[in-house]
Amino acid sequence: MDMLILSSVAVSIMAASTPLLFAAMGELVAEKSGVLNLGVEGMMLAGAVLAFIVGLETGSGILAIAAGAAMGALMAALFAVLTLGLLANQVATGLALTLFGIGLSALLGQSYVGTPIPPLPKLSVGGLSDIPLLGPVVFGQDALVYLSFAMTAGVAYFLYRTRAGLVLRSVGENPHAAHSIGFPVIAIRLAAVLFGGAMAGIGGAYMSLSYTPMWAEGMIAGRGWIALALVVFATWRPARILLGAYLFGGLTIAQLHMQGSGQIEIPAQFLNMVPYLATIVVLVLISRDATRIRLNAPASIGKVFHPDG
Amino acid sequence: MITLDRRPETSHIWLYATPLLAVFLTVLCGAILFAFLGFDPADALHAYFILPLADQYGLGELTVKATPLAMIAVGLALGFRANVWNIGAEGQLTLGAIFGGGLALAFYGQEGPLLLPAMLIGGMVGGALWAAIPAFLRTRFNANEILVSLMLTYVAGLLLSYLVTGPWKDPMGFGFPQTRLFGEGAILPILLDGTRMHIGFPLALVAVAAAWFIVSRSLFGFQIKVVGLTPPAAGYAGFSGRRIIWATLMIGGALAGLAGAIEVSGPIGQLTPSISPGYGFTAIIVAFLGRLHPVGILLAALLMALSYIGGETAQIELGLPVAVTGVFQGMLLFFLLASDVLVHFRVRFRLRGAGRAA
Repeated sequence: MDMLILSSVAVSIMAASTPLLFAAMGELVAEKSGVLNLGVEGMMLAGAVLAFIVGLETGSGILAIAAGAAMGALMAALFAVLTLGLLANQVATGLALTLFGIGLSALLGQSYVGTPIPPLPKLSVGGLSDIPLLGPVVFGQDALVYLSFAMTAGVAYFLYRTRAGLVLRSVGENPHAAHSIGFPVIAIRLAAVLFGGAMAGIGGAYMSLSYTPMWAEGMIAGRGWIALALVVFATWRPARILLGAYLFGGLTIAQLHMQGSGQIEIPAQFLNMVPYLATIVVLVLISRDATRIRLNAPASIGKVFHPDG
Repeated sequence: MITLDRRPETSHIWLYATPLLAVFLTVLCGAILFAFLGFDPADALHAYFILPLADQYGLGELTVKATPLAMIAVGLALGFRANVWNIGAEGQLTLGAIFGGGLALAFYGQEGPLLLPAMLIGGMVGGALWAAIPAFLRTRFNANEILVSLMLTYVAGLLLSYLVTGPWKDPMGFGFPQTRLFGEGAILPILLDGTRMHIGFPLALVAVAAAWFIVSRSLFGFQIKVVGLTPPAAGYAGFSGRRIIWATLMIGGALAGLAGAIEVSGPIGQLTPSISPGYGFTAIIVAFLGRLHPVGILLAALLMALSYIGGETAQIELGLPVAVTGVFQGMLLFFLLASDVLVHFRVRFRLRGAGRAA
């Protein structure tokens, strides 16, 4: 029976980690190109609400996920117009995007609050999910969980094994050098930002379609910010983002189980603080070595690019 | 094609004209949004921006909502000038409310004349303590203050929720998650009969004046500016960048905490799980809209206060969703950031290819 619990815990950890993995990997690509988008929370919320609405109205999971991705990318496009086109401050614009996303998602979703939706179907790869214990973990997840792994591998391959990935990283390290060799800095950054938005949108979609299957105002509850912290925690490396996302997913599930077990006399609010406090602890541990951050962070991150310098 | 040429100096005309332009564009888009939602734009804008100001009570409400916004925003703006991004003011406000409210509960039934001042000071201490965490972690461990201060906002909300559902819950409250109503002596005096305008508003004006003095007339204000423009210059000029981080975060935290203590001892009168409709976040918009300048911030705070009251009025009068307020506020900041390009750049329209030759 202990193994059964272990298996179900593993399934729920994967569910809690998937939205973080999507959002953080998307943000990684944007940051690698030198753009710091602090609007992840807002993009996730917007993606979550639109995916939920489309899912409820059409009954199609694929359409719902696509809508979430498109909404995230649309929000990111807004960010791109301001920061890449009109050279606005990236920190301020990212905050604006989050504030806007909070308001917009509340407006769009207000008549859907509390409506239940059937969760995304769990795939059953050739009946293999019926294998006891390992089956549900390895073969019985919904499509987005598998997509998140494929996407992570794809991003890692793209960034470090392809020429286009090298160009994207060079834009993030030194946009002026990249510009002078003739690379379209703005277009590359635009693509990276849009990808980041789409991934945040899918992360949000996962929350409202699968994790909680419903829409509630502010339901992302800081996961967008935790995703931003994960990128720093991972010192901008894909494999470590995967690790970090699962660490946080595990932590979330651990504190939920402690609440559920009822054996520990700690008020629920204090247990709910754990992921936020853990984010701070992790940030401190990783940032205390300033040199390591400086060597790993894309050199031009957060800086506005204008050809004249 | 359109090109942007960097101006040799920032344009002073556009510096002051862009906030107005942003407000105009926001109202315009707001009208379109209203029409899209199926409301008559003229009616909706009237309910939003004119109706709330039609009577004395409405004007009083304007000051009630502008008080926390102006107070928090002048503090945040000091930090923003120095590139210190404290975006956890909402959490610092919450801690201020907990400290101030805690004093009100501790001395329930034995309020003296010193209780209110003590509550306000307690609020400042609470907010400053909460802001000291990101200050310490940033200066000692290089941890990003944006993420730390924001994470602490969630922690503060949970702490407040624990207190009002647990140890501080009103024993006569029928199980509602709230504390008992504060005693008479722990409530801020009303300045104008028939309104809710309270003594917090003049306090906010004092904060604005003090911030103006710091920014324009003090060495500290000059140091903030230097650090913000060229961070390494602090070292050459012989003062410490760390001290600026500490000082701006402590001032910002104390003001946000004060705003929290004022909220619970003024309009609310008790501790509840949600004491602020996002004042700490809206204050970020207020700071930028006011051009990080105390006087501009005061005007921006009044405008944003109007957006809160207008949202409530429009909801009552026309049944407009109250979430529109958040969309408005976000849009305003977008338009402001977008039109900022006019301050630093000259927009040129050129025929393709003709640019170089000229």
